[in-house]
Amino acid sequence: MNQQHSDHLLHLLHAHQRQHHFISDQAMIDIASRLKLPRAQVEAVTEFYSFFSRKPRGRFDILFSNCTSCGDAVLMQELCDRLGIKAGETRHDGVVSITDTSCIGMCDHGVSALINDRPLHSIDSNKISQIAALVEAEKPLDAWPTEWFEIDNHIQRTDLLLSTPFEAGSALKVMRDESIDETLEKIRYSDLRGRGGAGFSTAQKWKFCRETEEETRYVICNADEGEPGTFKDRLLLTSHANTVFEGMAVCARIINAKQGYIYLRAEYRYLLDSLEATLAARRKDGLLGNAILGIEGFDFDIAIVVGAGAYICGEESALIESLEEKCGNPRIRPPFPVISGYLGKPTVVNNVETLAAAAGIVLHGERWFRGAGTWQSRGTKILSISGDCCKAGIYEYPFGVTINDILNDCGAERTQAVQIGGPSGTLIDASHFDHCIAFEDLATGGSFMIFDDSRDLLQVIRNFTHFFAHESCGFCTPCRVGTTLMKNGMDKVCSGHGTAHDLDELKSTAALVSRRSHCGLGITAPNPIRDGLKNFPELFEQRLLHQKMEPEFNLDASLEEARQLTQRDDAEAHL
Amino acid sequence: MSKVRVGTTSLGGCFGCHMSFLDMDERIVGLMEHVEFTRSPINDIKHCEPCDIGLIEGALCNADNVHVLKEFRENCKIIIAVGACAINGGVPAMRNHFSLQECLEEAFLDEIGVDNPHIPNNKELPLLLSKVHPIHEVVKVDYYLPGCPPPADAFVKVLTDLLEGKEPSLPKEMLHYD
Repeated sequence: MNQQHSDHLLHLLHAHQRQHHFISDQAMIDIASRLKLPRAQVEAVTEFYSFFSRKPRGRFDILFSNCTSCGDAVLMQELCDRLGIKAGETRHDGVVSITDTSCIGMCDHGVSALINDRPLHSIDSNKISQIAALVEAEKPLDAWPTEWFEIDNHIQRTDLLLSTPFEAGSALKVMRDESIDETLEKIRYSDLRGRGGAGFSTAQKWKFCRETEEETRYVICNADEGEPGTFKDRLLLTSHANTVFEGMAVCARIINAKQGYIYLRAEYRYLLDSLEATLAARRKDGLLGNAILGIEGFDFDIAIVVGAGAYICGEESALIESLEEKCGNPRIRPPFPVISGYLGKPTVVNNVETLAAAAGIVLHGERWFRGAGTWQSRGTKILSISGDCCKAGIYEYPFGVTINDILNDCGAERTQAVQIGGPSGTLIDASHFDHCIAFEDLATGGSFMIFDDSRDLLQVIRNFTHFFAHESCGFCTPCRVGTTLMKNGMDKVCSGHGTAHDLDELKSTAALVSRRSHCGLGITAPNPIRDGLKNFPELFEQRLLHQKMEPEFNLDASLEEARQLTQRDDAEAHL
Repeated sequence: MSKVRVGTTSLGGCFGCHMSFLDMDERIVGLMEHVEFTRSPINDIKHCEPCDIGLIEGALCNADNVHVLKEFRENCKIIIAVGACAINGGVPAMRNHFSLQECLEEAFLDEIGVDNPHIPNNKELPLLLSKVHPIHEVVKVDYYLPGCPPPADAFVKVLTDLLEGKEPSLPKEMLHYD
């Protein structure tokens, strides 16, 4: 059933990019005719996703994370200098290229980069020089020290989900002895809410989908964990893949879907082999395929589609567009995917953690789950904790845990601020540390980034505005233009050229982008600036020039090129 | 009561906005009962005096544009960016896709039929900025009057609002161009 997906446009482009290090015009024509797609669509998709390139990239293609937790611009520059290359360019001999990329989900591993799709972590100056030497010697990656690529899960605290062992097929066996309505009721009584951050009732979503009149329905697991600072799905897909797949099968049984998809972010491609192996084992054990566990009519299989570096594809309708071999532009909702999703059919899109929790609920019953958490946020939440603390990693807590307790557990000291839920979430100062993680208080998809008092918080906020400007899909003007204006504004403030006028402009741009954008990306993109201005106004004010207006650029410097071309240096040739 | 003083200028622009301004036809007679022009290409006065409203057409392309714009900002209580070039850079900003060197070489060295090819360097000529910029990147702009050019009705509406002491605002119909 899943064989056809080797022919997915994204996969063909990935394969071509890996082999040839770029996508040529001819390749696009060939792929378009092979897939019977318009050439313009292939070209648009190639341009849209940051992992595809129309210009040749190096045989060692290094994507250096620019995340505040797993990136470091200084180290990237050091590597560039050692290899004699500029960031964003490919060296003339074609050996190496270095570009920065959005968070690659290695925030618990120190400074990290992807080298030919493989994550390499704990990068420091010493390792930079070794990397440079290996690249210069053109040593294949398999000959590099293997421990450089070993990913630890860093599980620091477990609770319901992570501490209870799960046997493949166990939830489906429970389900076999229940009616579908009984299983759905169990999910409903558990009060399970979506773990991606928005917190929509899972049972409600499944019920909507089940009640549609269409024949064909789909279930999609959203493993496009792109929010900077989030890496909990990495753990679930590494060590609990069977639970996740089982959750998909449970959903499929309830909504009567025959096909499921996992949309895996390209940064986690290294997990692909183990995921495929788990799927193959499940097929062998009769847990995927036709008549699962001998249940007549329960036919279901799962295919994996690998994304290509686009944060926006974590938005469910953009994800569906991407699955349909298109650019990841969010759709207008309603209709919601449960009514009209993948290929226009009713589709459930759930977060990895939600599906794993659903499998657990079916197996252990709703009381197992309801017992933890607050009355509006039942169960537990897996947090990915990173930044300035002693023990970064995975922490599973019952909902309702306070920020103070978390900071104590992970050994964070002199904490200046915490970014809850990633850049699109909330930036809080110490006066909010008595608040708790819950949908009704501080909601998070899992990202928990800690900044101590040694950090320049304005630079952090600036980093986030750059992230959104880069990741805006460009479909709607408020977000496309607004995120760049906010980026420029923060650049100006951080460089010490901002004035009170610039802060006013930032405020009004932030309000406009948030109010007028088409999807959640634009609606939340101004959050870092708005929270920063609200909770840390003094940081902005300290950096301002006390004058009415300062030009956006250096006027005199912008005449330099003309001075050189005309060889003038008189008074009139300066501003 | 003394008249409201208005200055206008075209920086890197085509004077199309000024032409559109004049398209208000006989309504200008009524307007002149309330306003008088200081510096403007309409009366050919070359320097600004303190005034109430400055209408700026065109983008910032060279050093002289910057001087003129700063003079306006220092002298005007209200600055209005008029038209696509002042607001976004417009047509002049199309050169931003190329380096200044490429632009000058194309125009003064490589173009067919160029006599005595050299890049002009007379001190009388203002130097070009490396990139074209909208005016709000250099001075504070109070209001924006969009359009390429803004229709005469929009000029009338904005000036009338200001004369009546209201916040200028354009109805949706005046912001639709197709």
